[in-house]
Amino acid sequence: MKIFFKILIIFFLSIGSLRAETFPLLSEYNFFQDIKGQIPNEGVVPYHIANPLFSDYTYKFRFVSMPDNSVASYNHEEVFDFPIGTTIIKTFAYPVDDRNLKKGFELLETRLLIHKEEGWVPVSYIWNDNQTDAEIRFIGKTIETSWIDKNGITQSVRYRVPNINQCKSCHQLNKVIKPIGPKGRNMNLDFLYKEGQKNQLEYWESNQILTNLPKRKISKPAIWDNESFSVSERARAYLDSNCAHCHRKGGSAGNSGFYLSLEQNNGVALGIRKRPVAAGRGSGGMAYVIDPGNPEDSILLYRMASTDPGVMMPELSRSLNHKEALPLIYDWIKEME
Amino acid sequence: MIMRNFFLKIIFLNFLIFINLTGSLFSNTIQPGPLSYEEIQKALILSKPGDIIKLGEGVFEFEDGLSLDINNVTISGEGINKTILSFKNQKSGAEGLMITSNGVILKDFAVEDTIGDAIVVKGANGISFIRVRTEWTGGPKESNGAYGFYPVQSTDVLIDGCIAIGASDAGIYVGQSERIKVLNSIARYNVAGIEIENSFFAEVIGNISEHNTGGILVFDLPDLPQQGGHHILVENNIVRNNDTENFAPEGNIVGNTPNGTGIMVMANQFVEIKNNEIKNNATAGILIASYQDEAEDKNYNPIASNVFIHGNSLINNGFNVDKVRASPISEVINGKVPDIIWDGVVPLTEWIGIRSSKRIILGDNYSNSDTPVFANLKLMTKFLISYLHKVDTNYENYRGELKSIQPVVFKKD
Repeated sequence: MKIFFKILIIFFLSIGSLRAETFPLLSEYNFFQDIKGQIPNEGVVPYHIANPLFSDYTYKFRFVSMPDNSVASYNHEEVFDFPIGTTIIKTFAYPVDDRNLKKGFELLETRLLIHKEEGWVPVSYIWNDNQTDAEIRFIGKTIETSWIDKNGITQSVRYRVPNINQCKSCHQLNKVIKPIGPKGRNMNLDFLYKEGQKNQLEYWESNQILTNLPKRKISKPAIWDNESFSVSERARAYLDSNCAHCHRKGGSAGNSGFYLSLEQNNGVALGIRKRPVAAGRGSGGMAYVIDPGNPEDSILLYRMASTDPGVMMPELSRSLNHKEALPLIYDWIKEME
Repeated sequence: MIMRNFFLKIIFLNFLIFINLTGSLFSNTIQPGPLSYEEIQKALILSKPGDIIKLGEGVFEFEDGLSLDINNVTISGEGINKTILSFKNQKSGAEGLMITSNGVILKDFAVEDTIGDAIVVKGANGISFIRVRTEWTGGPKESNGAYGFYPVQSTDVLIDGCIAIGASDAGIYVGQSERIKVLNSIARYNVAGIEIENSFFAEVIGNISEHNTGGILVFDLPDLPQQGGHHILVENNIVRNNDTENFAPEGNIVGNTPNGTGIMVMANQFVEIKNNEIKNNATAGILIASYQDEAEDKNYNPIASNVFIHGNSLINNGFNVDKVRASPISEVINGKVPDIIWDGVVPLTEWIGIRSSKRIILGDNYSNSDTPVFANLKLMTKFLISYLHKVDTNYENYRGELKSIQPVVFKKD
């Protein structure tokens, strides 16, 4: 009997070390002064990025929490080098009515990426019905819900909270888990802080949480839905943030040889007259990933416009079409020679 | 006091996890039921290296894909026809089961009717499929998923005693991998029965590949991170009655596979095709071809070399060539097509004779045919000086010997 208890205790401890510093409830991290309103505590910095991943029209509230007196190091093309102890926080929510955000939000899940000695650890919290707190969940969940969209139409969605493995599938690079969003080139934007509107990079630097910024002027990112940029700039920006976390060397779709990072400039690797390799019916009967000038014959657009799980891209994070982005990709392929 | 509270909290949390886990730890086997998806996915996520996740007999019905990312876990069912993971009503996930960790063993279960691929393994060092079946139960259809078994960018891949039915690309596919054994398995009613693509050091031994479009394919394709496939041994397989019309969705490379192909090699080096029984394949018994599409990829070699073909039994092949997908054959050969066909495409320097290299080497092969057993289609000549073009069916021009390919040795062996 004693031995049994000993085994039990060893078991508790081994699991304990595995999941150390992840709390059962989101509130226990003390990130928020108003958790329901997503108002952060002092030292937890809200931010946004240039081109967020489309996730079934959810709004995302992003924050970063770093240990006192620690700084991240700037990187333009990759994610900042964050110190151990950093947590990146992202809450997914639907507006009650997208025409009037004052009516509030339905909070779905809050995802954390916690930077530990052994690396970045993903964990997700699912909000309770009363929206007072969120509870840890490793195995994902399906949430059937709805919201009123910008046109006043009620939209229903089968929203999937990813399980831990699915988190990794987008967040891993060369088998190491990493954040995706806070890269230098995604962050050179203004943000409305409680102290007023400021450039994020300047704000981070002046608050001494970011260092090693380049002396030269940092370029402004193209924004996919800002028509002051060219169609090509907007399309590449969109594909970079929606596809390139997997479609890059060392990413989950690295085996495809189809790479969509902003830095990519090889035509075939970008999909131009590239044959499908393992697409199966994802090819839609078409010969090329991108057939220049012919968006109707391009697998890229076909898969972006599908909601069939066996066809659609991205594979995770959406069950609906991103209607506003499809014309952009259409135009981009159309104007290619 | 705070420490104490914290400690208690951890204990409590662990206790909760512990209670959740006991299902798989003590009662051992997960049974089919309304909660089985959560139970299995939870076990897959909370498992530790060395764990065995046991699945009971019966049909498990899932709406979402499953995934495993813990090293050295075994998933074990009660039998290839007894434990069935059915994805007939799949609503999310691009595949049935995704494995991204090393040293996983899958055995004694079936994955049916996934919306995309059945079992995908990415970047694993060590993966074993033992007595596993993947099947689309509605028969060959374009709407079936692409791959049954789909390990890619992996090493030490073992597929033994498995069955693959109905894939719209390849039933058993190994891509961009190294050190591969496909043994004692059966592939039926797929477009490609067994396909080794852009891979190094593979042996395909003792399998039955029948009623596919093509029985066994050894391919190399351009514009991929790993290419230049080499050292592939295809031995002692039965490749017969590959008579399913190509049902691959258009656009896919495998859609070019002619109806009724026994064994096809495209653009690999050091391929040994030995002691196979190749029977009743309408287009050809063995087809050696170059990659036909234009490729801008400078590092890609579209032409096969050192393909050693010997000891095979070739019976009743080439009786009804696919005139659409194998038009280069039907345009130059009337009637019965020889059992072994080479397109004869070589680099220009080789064609004009200032360089030479070993392409196709024939040892003794048995055929019941009273017409030629082998043909070099000489497509280069046809293309360049068509009035001089003549198919070469002189077997002895290609007779020779090549060192046998060494057995594959896994790292852990």
